[in-house]
Amino acid sequence: MKEITVLSGKGGAGKTSITAALVSLSERAVFCDSDVDAADLHLILKPEVKESYRFDSGYKAIIDSVKCIDCNICKEECRFDAIHTDKGFYEVNPFQCEGCRLCERLCPAEAIVSVKNENNFWYVSNTRFGPLVHARMGPGEENSGKLVTVVRRKAREIARSLNYDFILNDGPPGIGCAAISSLTGTSGVLMVIEPSMSGLHDAKRLLDLINSFNIKSYAIINKHDISNKLTDEIVQFLKNNNIPLLGKIPFDTMFTQAMIEGKSIVELYPEAKSSKVLKKIWDYILVN
Amino acid sequence: MLKKIAIASGKGGTGKTTVSVNLYYFIHKYWTDKVQLLDCDVEEPNDLIFFPEAREKSFNVVNQQVPKIDNSKCTYCRDCVEYCEFNAIVVIPTVKFAEVNASLCHSCGACLHACKHGAMLEYDHKIGEIKKFDLGIGLGLIQGELEIGSSMQTMLIKDVIKEYNPETEIVLMDAPPGTSCPVVTTSADADFILLVTEPTPFGLHDLQLTIELMREIHKPFAVIINKDGIGDGSMEKYLEAEDIEIIGRIAFSKEYAANYATGKILNNLDETQDSFYRNLVMNLKEKLN
Amino acid sequence: MKIVISSEGAEMNSVFDLRFGRAAYFCVYNEESGITEFLKNEHADDQGGAGTKTSEKMVELGVQKVISGDFGPKAKDILERFNIQMVILPDNNRTVGEIIETLKGK
Repeated sequence: MKEITVLSGKGGAGKTSITAALVSLSERAVFCDSDVDAADLHLILKPEVKESYRFDSGYKAIIDSVKCIDCNICKEECRFDAIHTDKGFYEVNPFQCEGCRLCERLCPAEAIVSVKNENNFWYVSNTRFGPLVHARMGPGEENSGKLVTVVRRKAREIARSLNYDFILNDGPPGIGCAAISSLTGTSGVLMVIEPSMSGLHDAKRLLDLINSFNIKSYAIINKHDISNKLTDEIVQFLKNNNIPLLGKIPFDTMFTQAMIEGKSIVELYPEAKSSKVLKKIWDYILVN
Repeated sequence: MLKKIAIASGKGGTGKTTVSVNLYYFIHKYWTDKVQLLDCDVEEPNDLIFFPEAREKSFNVVNQQVPKIDNSKCTYCRDCVEYCEFNAIVVIPTVKFAEVNASLCHSCGACLHACKHGAMLEYDHKIGEIKKFDLGIGLGLIQGELEIGSSMQTMLIKDVIKEYNPETEIVLMDAPPGTSCPVVTTSADADFILLVTEPTPFGLHDLQLTIELMREIHKPFAVIINKDGIGDGSMEKYLEAEDIEIIGRIAFSKEYAANYATGKILNNLDETQDSFYRNLVMNLKEKLN
Repeated sequence: MKIVISSEGAEMNSVFDLRFGRAAYFCVYNEESGITEFLKNEHADDQGGAGTKTSEKMVELGVQKVISGDFGPKAKDILERFNIQMVILPDNNRTVGEIIETLKGK
């Protein structure tokens, strides 16, 4: 089975628009939105949700101020600075609590309990191109990496049960926990690079991450005509690192237009230059 | 009085860095030179690119504490395993095996409390660096840079936001994209949050998630529409219906994108940008005083 | 030799579970005695580290071979270290009973 994740390091490079275009070119593939934090692929794929699951991202501690004896042990021992006394009593900031339950275990007054967090959901859906596994995280939630692992695992299960041999993953920006979870164990990473100094800087850090996992990568330069100078630098960077450049896509307002129509660029403008480049890119990925 | 402003956006690439870098420059020009910029996008820090004259002043390594089991003292009682909420410790008594899986560890320290035999030790594991730069104007830039392969971005951000100069009057925090814990950590300390968005369906969808978050953490915010003119009118409709303030609009310009690409946004300021940011700075000044 | 087969249920006609760390049940089959036993996987719903904990269980049980649909990197790491053979069976159209019959036939 082949599983490709689309990543860029820098946000806004065009990962989702490009993933959507490749999705609309694919046959017998399962899709996965690994950008669980700000998922957008569903805006184009318009999924019909078939199954929905709750994702449990761990515990949050709560202090019962009636039982609390103000001993300060929890505050002292919490490594996440999640316990505050600004209001004159001890309380946990749920956004800072990591759910390690240490305070609960150490509290001599048994004033702390931990409750499960139930703010995240993930879905298995049908789309006009095939099955999609996607998620919706509650605002401010943590453990997006684990949610990525969950949706990817389900995508693999679906692919196996349908006997499909391709999974296409829309990845998150950055190179932190969510990005790491979206690329471990995949067969390849498609890097979408925007020709700006930020784009190149971020792509270099991304490539270091990909290489540390020994994963194959290929690249697309998106909006290449925004800066010829940076495009040249990126071409050289890719050459030096033996990364195949699969294509250059021009800055194209048709992408935004397609987004507004809820379609991929390939669906809306099959004859556009960008669509033709994307078709070639897809053909390459299929056989390499 | 110290005021902290976070610049955030759900979607990546909407212009957080552009706004942060420009605001730094124009706050210096029209408000106070006691301004400092914190690049909290530690996974991909980019603010430095736009200050070619920057000079590094200091640098320090940030570590996380990762536990390690001393097998000579371990009795394989599994008490640490019971305490670890993250399944990061493997102890198999029958074969006398005990090990911590660092990639699952959250460094909470619970296992150290669990172990009654002194078998749990901690060692430093690098998660990133914090660098301070002199920018010629203002109090400079503080940048967090996550070690490649580390997933402890939130921990590093917590350290970055503590590093500002005590003389600073305005702290600008350039947040990472998204709506999860790293964004909360950056915004938690802020007095005001500027949400930078673009008027496309993806921009709108991610803005809605971010606004949901801002309301949940009870933070005042306003929206800057960047790349104004692309997309359709649904952004305006939404903001109007929700009665959300649009504090500024930056028209889409391919020329600007080209300047951004080569890192030259502060060298190519024109009258329009000057007056736009002057208004924004005045507006913020009024809001925060 | 003790062989473990991941299973979606606790019966011989339960379907083979393609997941390892998050399998619903494990069927422990003792080749010598022919006895089978089903164990519920306590870590199936853990938020993280399920592969690690499940592998730990395999070592404790003294298993020499595990048959499942897939093994994650953390599970692989531990199973390899304790010389537990991993067999990947990429289809879930068979029941645990049928898989055991195949094993007996060898």
